[in-house]
Amino acid sequence: MSEQQVYEPRIVAFLCKWCSSAGSDLAGVSRIQYPPNATPITVPCTGAISPMYIMSAFNKGADGVLVSGCHIGDCHYIEGNFLARRKMKLIMELIEFIGVEPNRFRMSWVSAAEGAKFAQVITDFVDDLKPLGPQDKLKKAELT
Amino acid sequence: MTKKRTGVFVCHCGTNIAATVDVAKVAREMSGEDTVAFTKEYVYMCSEPGQESVVQAIKDNKLDSIVVTCCSPNLHEKTFRDNAKRAGINNFTCEIANIREQCSWVHSDKAKGTEKAIKISRSVVRRVNRNQSLDTIAVSVTRRAMVIGGGVAGIQAALDIANAGVEVVLVEKQATIGGRMLQLSETFPTLDCSQCVLSPKMVEVKRHPKVKLMTYSEVQEVTGSVGNFRVKILKKPTFVDPDKCKLCDDCTAVCPVVVPNEYEINLTTRRAIYIPYAQSIPASYTLDESTCLGLNPVVCGKCKDVCEAEAINYDMRPETVTEDVGAIVVATGFDLYDQANMQELGGGKIEDVLDGLQFERLCSASGATQGHILRPSDHKEPKNVVFIQCVGSRDPAKHCAYCSKICCMYTAKHAQLYKHHVPDGRAYVFYIDIRSGGKGYEEFVQRTMEDNDTLYLRGRVSKLYRHDGKVRVLGTDTLSGQNVEIDADMVVLALAMVPSKGTTEIAKVLKIGRDKDGFLAEAHPKLRPVESVTGGIYLAGAAQAPKDIPETVAQAGAAAAKVIALLSQATLSRSPLIAKVRRSHCTGCGMCVDACPFIAIRLENGKAVVNEALCEGCGSCAATCLRAAIDVKNVTQLQIYEMIEACLTV
Repeated sequence: MSEQQVYEPRIVAFLCKWCSSAGSDLAGVSRIQYPPNATPITVPCTGAISPMYIMSAFNKGADGVLVSGCHIGDCHYIEGNFLARRKMKLIMELIEFIGVEPNRFRMSWVSAAEGAKFAQVITDFVDDLKPLGPQDKLKKAELT
Repeated sequence: MTKKRTGVFVCHCGTNIAATVDVAKVAREMSGEDTVAFTKEYVYMCSEPGQESVVQAIKDNKLDSIVVTCCSPNLHEKTFRDNAKRAGINNFTCEIANIREQCSWVHSDKAKGTEKAIKISRSVVRRVNRNQSLDTIAVSVTRRAMVIGGGVAGIQAALDIANAGVEVVLVEKQATIGGRMLQLSETFPTLDCSQCVLSPKMVEVKRHPKVKLMTYSEVQEVTGSVGNFRVKILKKPTFVDPDKCKLCDDCTAVCPVVVPNEYEINLTTRRAIYIPYAQSIPASYTLDESTCLGLNPVVCGKCKDVCEAEAINYDMRPETVTEDVGAIVVATGFDLYDQANMQELGGGKIEDVLDGLQFERLCSASGATQGHILRPSDHKEPKNVVFIQCVGSRDPAKHCAYCSKICCMYTAKHAQLYKHHVPDGRAYVFYIDIRSGGKGYEEFVQRTMEDNDTLYLRGRVSKLYRHDGKVRVLGTDTLSGQNVEIDADMVVLALAMVPSKGTTEIAKVLKIGRDKDGFLAEAHPKLRPVESVTGGIYLAGAAQAPKDIPETVAQAGAAAAKVIALLSQATLSRSPLIAKVRRSHCTGCGMCVDACPFIAIRLENGKAVVNEALCEGCGSCAATCLRAAIDVKNVTQLQIYEMIEACLTV
């Protein structure tokens, strides 16, 4: 990386449709600015996020992965975020075990009314990822 | 699979998108995608010519799928899916890429914004590549409705729905319907008596052949979805048969238990057996199990002995009733902000400092003092009263950030009522601003100031304390720049309206969202103000936001109209985005069965089978299956992997 080019972490953000995606919409409507590093993928529920998605994102070169859903107890599908929380805890332990900084994976609860919180979550995540530099532990080597 | 022919339509949204996203570049990049056969950018894609151009482009270019990159799918997904259908292709092959709320509005760097918009658009193009054509699932509709909350909002909604010929179940937690409005003395800006306006409606709803009234009942569990909800209601025992009760009041005379009367906001007491108000509907007594000595003739049994009508029955038990309804209106109302939070104003512990509802009960002819305004401490007429507005509201640092909306008006009303009761008394009002938007409202406030000789002081009160038998009020008049010190006989706080406790509880039961202040969230702040985010559940009254009676009644009518429109359809279409099993991959391990929150999956001959009527398409099963044998249609795992790839492609 040349000195002029500042390192910008690339984040995949899995957002549940009902809370966090709607929360990100509210951040938009309220014009709350946050860094453009995270690309959102909206899924029906955090419970629908397979642990394989997280690994796949790291594998394809993500520097950080965010999973954001409804607050515990508020899941539109009753208990999907409980299922997600259990799986994501395992992912956190797994990536740490294989030597990836646990800070590269984050889970947050952002409701449809929390636009400002959504912006804050992304801002904080980007700030925390910057000192870590690019993630290459799980990144598939470029085939030439 | 033959190669898709996808059209990508990039919207400028005026400058909303185009200012921070290079829309031409997005379109150019998308045309490089393998499956994209057509791209177009346009200033307002959702305008009539914009929509027409989408339809025309689909026809002219033989497109089989489209991606519209524009605003949130919550706004225009339906618009463009309808257009896809109009152009002769399946509406589920149309998807929205949100590059406005999630991109252009939250970033200012055009190069980076454009890069992100390209990633978002590309990921949706790749997703659409594997979208199937699907048909909505038709489901029958239960032509009945439920209204939760029996205040003026609930009563109005129930009556409007019932008058359209639809059966309504009205559920109220308290022993009587009427809610907060029944506690009010007079209403602004006409000063007509609250009970006189409401009582006829209460009687009407009780007698209406299409209304099933359930008081002293609580909604415990709601299952199902729009068109077909199943609601479990706990009917608490009142221990009094309303058909036999003659309202003679003999029972309260003998009841030895004295407890604070919550209907009079603890200004007075009631017995364990009581009737909330003279106008209560149903007109019957209620025996409060939690304070009764024991529902046991050996322990007490005085009320049962004295009741000549033999209306009292200690053997009543709680009952769980199940009701099937197609739509639900939530009208669970408000509480006042807890005075205990206002430490500088005494935290609710100073005598003769009342909240607005307590003052209403003092003014009310049916209230604790039969309509005489008397100080609670010595039962004397207060010769000067200080009213304080914005207590707990408009204070983002410590309390509620929002304006409670009705306090300016009801404080003006309180000052007038006080002056009518005590013509030689002095009324002071501390205010920040006067917000009197509404028909006849400003004139009403002016009347309070001029004809009723009320002194309005612009400023906040810093402290209240007991001093020499009075309440000392320390405040500031910011217009004259003077500190003000008043020794008041009585102080009335206009506390902020907050969502009622029941509102918080019902939101959890119904799984409907709440806003940052805890009020029920509407589906769209402007275009869908009476709908919750969940289909078939509607909102009315102060549970949604602070509002006055006319607004509440209007919203209740609007909610009722939505219910009637929904229930007048013979069938509803359900989203076809539900789980599907790939039988060849399924090993029958049953993990998806355990993961499903809706009990929609069962094992049959060693393979998982999805019940299409129950599946909500959450995808918990897909994320659990080790063999990728189950997927939600059009949100398949393969699609997500390709979206991830697109998000990380530079």
